[in-house]
Amino acid sequence: MQTEHTDILEVQFEDVEQQRSTSALGMWIFLCTEIMFFGGLFLAYCEYRHLHPESFAAASSRLDWMLGSINTAILLTSSLTAALAVRAATLRSAGTMRFFLGATIVLGVAFLTIKGFEYHTDYQEGLIPGASFTYSASQPAVQPREVEMFFMLYFIMTGVHAFHMIVGIVAFFILISKSLRNTLTVQTVENTGLYWHFVDVLWIFLFPLLYLVGHH
Amino acid sequence: MSQEAASIRSYLAVFAALMVLLGATVGASLLDLGFLALPVAMAIASVKAFLVAAIFMHLRQSSSLIRLIACAGLFWLGIMLMLTMSDILTRV
Amino acid sequence: MNVSTQPLPVVTEPRHAPPNYLNDGYSVRSWLLTLDHKRIAILYMISITLFFFIGGAAAVLFRVHLLTPTGALFDPGTYNKLFTIHGVVMVFFFLIPSIPAVMGNFLVPLMIGAKDLAFPRLNLASWYVYMAGGTLTGYAAIAGGIDTGWTFYTPYSTMFSNTNVIAAATGVFITGFSSILTGLNFIATIHKMRAPGLTWFRLPLFIWAMYATSVIMVLGTPVLAMTVSLLGIERIFHVGIFDPALGGDPLLFQHLFWFYSHPAVYIMILPSMGVVSEIIPCFARKRPFGYKFIAMASVAIAMLGFFVWGHHMFVSGQSMYGGVVFSFLSFFVAIPSAVKVFNWTATLHKGSISLQTPMLYALGFIGLFTFGGLTGLFLACLGVDIHVTGTYFIVAHFHYIMVGGAVMGYLGAIHFWWPKMTGRVYSEFWGRISAAIIFVGFNLTFFPQFILGYLGMPRRYYAYPPEFQVLNVMSTAGASILGLGFLLPLIYLLWSLKYGKRAGPNYWKATGLEWTTQSPPETENFETTPEVVSEPYAYEFMELGNAD
Repeated sequence: MQTEHTDILEVQFEDVEQQRSTSALGMWIFLCTEIMFFGGLFLAYCEYRHLHPESFAAASSRLDWMLGSINTAILLTSSLTAALAVRAATLRSAGTMRFFLGATIVLGVAFLTIKGFEYHTDYQEGLIPGASFTYSASQPAVQPREVEMFFMLYFIMTGVHAFHMIVGIVAFFILISKSLRNTLTVQTVENTGLYWHFVDVLWIFLFPLLYLVGHH
Repeated sequence: MSQEAASIRSYLAVFAALMVLLGATVGASLLDLGFLALPVAMAIASVKAFLVAAIFMHLRQSSSLIRLIACAGLFWLGIMLMLTMSDILTRV
Repeated sequence: MNVSTQPLPVVTEPRHAPPNYLNDGYSVRSWLLTLDHKRIAILYMISITLFFFIGGAAAVLFRVHLLTPTGALFDPGTYNKLFTIHGVVMVFFFLIPSIPAVMGNFLVPLMIGAKDLAFPRLNLASWYVYMAGGTLTGYAAIAGGIDTGWTFYTPYSTMFSNTNVIAAATGVFITGFSSILTGLNFIATIHKMRAPGLTWFRLPLFIWAMYATSVIMVLGTPVLAMTVSLLGIERIFHVGIFDPALGGDPLLFQHLFWFYSHPAVYIMILPSMGVVSEIIPCFARKRPFGYKFIAMASVAIAMLGFFVWGHHMFVSGQSMYGGVVFSFLSFFVAIPSAVKVFNWTATLHKGSISLQTPMLYALGFIGLFTFGGLTGLFLACLGVDIHVTGTYFIVAHFHYIMVGGAVMGYLGAIHFWWPKMTGRVYSEFWGRISAAIIFVGFNLTFFPQFILGYLGMPRRYYAYPPEFQVLNVMSTAGASILGLGFLLPLIYLLWSLKYGKRAGPNYWKATGLEWTTQSPPETENFETTPEVVSEPYAYEFMELGNAD
């Protein structure tokens, strides 16, 4: 683990502190771009849920809210382990940091596994939008086209979210590797942690919007 | 207690709060809140997000510039959602 | 008010340039793997020039086609492809990157006294991303073209067009990240790497403009990325996000698209305004009038620009109440622009004006941008827009801003900072001639289009009623003059690289930290970090006359 005395100072910076705080600023600006990127999906969701409330409620009830809750708990825990990893990095405890990074990876993979299982179930139930979509509505207010729209948004939103999680998991692997080669800086760990927490915050909103529409 | 040890406690406290709030989210969905269901769910989610941002993402200790940037992102998202919905909600 | 067009005094210069960023390594590798912001700016300049002429060629083709009312040159499908590629290339591969990626990359570190941008590797990555997107879009254009218009409206683009929509949309998606990376870099750099003593209100106005532009790039472009992603998903998987037949809303596409694309036009104009704010004080030998107002106006334009996108959708089926709100807000965004125009004019008043080439472009900008901007106010008015939307009035409006404004600003910047970037001086005679030709050609091309639009000629049509022919012929004649005008700088600027007089550090006797370095600057810009102790634009403390 690099100490402040061995952080490599890039030529454009005056001192390590400037380099560190600029790097943090850069990561937060990037997170703002991610807010706007996902924002487009939230907008689409807003519009269609407003236009088709009953269909969205019916569609949402086809998702397994218990698995969704477990996944939310897993992801919230992974935020804790990520925060503890960053703390360990700040304290220069490389071994502890690697442990918590590993725990975060394990939790992330668990989340994705459950997600994959859910996707598989949806596929078997004919809920993948497109040619193979099958849904028969029990009430007249529920339209299959609108249910398909919900599932379109569900797959895109959770799919893009899952992609971001995969990127995060790969990043954590890279952190562990750099730590073992002693080329890791604290700010890099902090930045990756910020990214992971952001992915968690996204899911904090996705979960109720997708799984808990209408009561059950 | 040293500064670092205190932060473990605050992380664990936030984690516990997040779990409780997760329970609240699910619990609220089991009740029939009618038109309040969505605002309640979003309010609870916002509290969770605020805790993650303030404590896990260190916004509480960050510079005001970083806090401004975080707020700016949310504000711009708000512009996009609110102005577009102002069209959708008022179409005849 | 002095108006001087005296020839410049001859200065003897050394035969060989001192070590600088251009001769610091000649290998291809040293250019393609450079981390030097100045070299990356040059890489961008070359690529942007290439795309400009590609987009321009498409325009020449359809302008020639429009010489006759029944369109003898191309069939309708090909015509659609020509104006689409003109728009896509000019917007995404020329205008959006132009000043930020070329002049911003070159000047931002120099103007704030830094050795480079905050994230040099991201900067290089942004150029490669831009080239990747450009290559893919170029492929889409060559291998069959796209005919949806640069606006990619659904459901035509997602359900009915038989052209390379996915490839072009992917190219635009990829290039968007170039914009995001550039903006991110500038914001971090301007916040964190200003030289000691360089407080916010001592920054050059060009930096304020770059900062405001970067905010837009960072917050708007991701929405475009999502928009084209959804477009691609709908087209590939035949699902109904935007398709009404499948329960979707085509207006959702338009909201998402214009949420980016309206602020995008401010990405295109704010940098040019920043350039004008640098040129006018230098060639009037006077500090800018109302510096703080100009600075704050840049920020105001960036922010207000996000509130008005619905004015592109007045006749789309958007709620009329939404239309009223967007119309009302659209009037507001004109106010900071007007503040700037008044302030530039006040700067000229009682200044010691000399009409060198950069000043010609800056003055041309003020006139033509004002013209285009005023017509924008007409369009913000719901009642007027209903009649002229979808006509050549719109085409003329945005070309006055984009060409009369943004391109003039870009050319002014190139001519102003050319001695700094290259260490060479171009022929002032040819510079002025070209500026005049561009000005005449531009107005002859686009003023008739205001009349055509007002008379009802629709845009994007391959044929038109015969009574519109005279105006169309005028427009095409203007376009050929304009094309010649654009070609001339290419020739004399390149010529100057080998045969031009060598320039000293401060050829125009301008203020600003970039003018304290040698021309061309050395790789690390400053040997020691400068310290700023005075207010900017201290022209009244300099001698009259503004060239070595």
